[in-house]
Amino acid sequence: MISIAALIGQVFAIVLALALAPLLTGWVNQWRAWLQNRSAPPLLQPYYTLHKLFHKDVVLAHGASPLFRFAPFIMFGCMLLACGIIPSLSTDLPFAPAADALALVGVFGLARLFISLAAMDIGTSFGTLGARREMLVGFLAEPALLIIIFTVAMIANSTSLATIVETLAYREFAIYPSLAFAGIAFTFVSFAENARVPVDNPATHLELTMIHEAMILEYSGRHLALIEWAASLKLYAYSCLGIALFFPWGIGERDNFLALVAAIPLLLLKLGIGGMLLAIIETINAKVRIFRVPEFLGTAFLLAVLGLLVRLLLEVRA
Amino acid sequence: MNATPLFAQLINLFAAVILLLSFSMLAQRRVIQLINLFALQGFTLFLSTLVVAVNTGQSHLYWSAGLTLALKAMLLPWILHRLVRQLQVKSEVEPLVNIPTTMLIGIVLVMISFNVALPISQLSSAIARGTLGIALAVVMLAFLMMITRRKAITQVVGFLSMENGLFLAATSATYGMPMVVELGIALDVLVGVIILGVFFFQIRDQFDSLDIHHMERLKDN
Repeated sequence: MISIAALIGQVFAIVLALALAPLLTGWVNQWRAWLQNRSAPPLLQPYYTLHKLFHKDVVLAHGASPLFRFAPFIMFGCMLLACGIIPSLSTDLPFAPAADALALVGVFGLARLFISLAAMDIGTSFGTLGARREMLVGFLAEPALLIIIFTVAMIANSTSLATIVETLAYREFAIYPSLAFAGIAFTFVSFAENARVPVDNPATHLELTMIHEAMILEYSGRHLALIEWAASLKLYAYSCLGIALFFPWGIGERDNFLALVAAIPLLLLKLGIGGMLLAIIETINAKVRIFRVPEFLGTAFLLAVLGLLVRLLLEVRA
Repeated sequence: MNATPLFAQLINLFAAVILLLSFSMLAQRRVIQLINLFALQGFTLFLSTLVVAVNTGQSHLYWSAGLTLALKAMLLPWILHRLVRQLQVKSEVEPLVNIPTTMLIGIVLVMISFNVALPISQLSSAIARGTLGIALAVVMLAFLMMITRRKAITQVVGFLSMENGLFLAATSATYGMPMVVELGIALDVLVGVIILGVFFFQIRDQFDSLDIHHMERLKDN
């Protein structure tokens, strides 16, 4: 039976994700501005943007099919589901059995599929261009992400995220070299998936370089708000996934309500540090050419495979 | 696996870092960065030797750890940096095979070495015997780097990195070679680099370039 406490924890985790995701984006933007000697936008700017967009009317292109209107909702729903099944505060999530780590990759893939279809639906050249590039990035990033998850799943002997976090957070102390490889590969993949600098620039509308922005050029009003919010949620979900896989200490155990409360400041701290690091890495790297992206993600894939091999050689047989 | 002591875990970690550095050297496009990565690899090797030394208490291992630090993490990178400056080498590494393909070949080499090393490492009684596979992989990757690079200087870095791999195998799988052998190898490498440095100048004077492909057309006349 699902306990009331677990249900509260689940709802709380989702509400927290909804509330915190734009804050994380704002925090990253602020750090980026500081590091680049610009005056920073307010921390709450993403909320103002969302508020503004939700109050504007939607302008639809002439050729828009219903798919174009549904896609933002599907994308938002996918990201919300992802935030619901990634253990951020507690491992006791009633939603967690709905999807394990592999299905999570599928959920991200579903969101990508629909937003790309919607971008092509309108028939503008930018939309199609963005969708193609997004598919290229996605098709290279997904296998790397899967192998990272396999590596971690081999340590925990389970693909369920809750079990993985429980194994990693409450084990006796051990150094896993394979996790180091997987961690670096995961960093690469999350930069690609979240349209951050070495692969895509979230702040540009420069036609030659944009990927994510090119796909959503035709959106406006509440649709755009949902997409922006979903992008924030995606960043939040990836950050939480990274924390859950590689720095799980402090995530609350089952049936421990106090730990849930104690996990909140710790999560905020980890997200704060993560956002800062993200901004630093983005600032010290230049955006790579689109044809260098396969190389970037190929490296991520190779690192992930190396992690898996090291896991097999050093940790299983030793 | 829970019985693996902390120091063996540390050695495994350092071995994995050395492997990682080997791969980043394969992927590196700039000569200066390549040398820095090599210095970092030498430093990691020093750390792993130090861990073995502390845990086995063999005094000669302290010596070889110190030697590693002085030679591979400081002196050799410094010599290489100086060579690059004096020779005014172009900063781009010119690989014969493009980098993603090299990396793919690298992964295959790692798999092969892991499998080859497995039966050998089971004969060893040392606690960190799993690192033998990694050491072999580092040697193979260094070979790959020597084969796929055009410039003489990157080939020397490959040669030195191969020596790192051999040293890792020696310390982690058998707790070090005899002192005499280690000293001999260290001096060999040092002298080798110095002689190769002289060679570089000769090659450049002769061909105005460090591309060793010019040397395929050498003739006696």
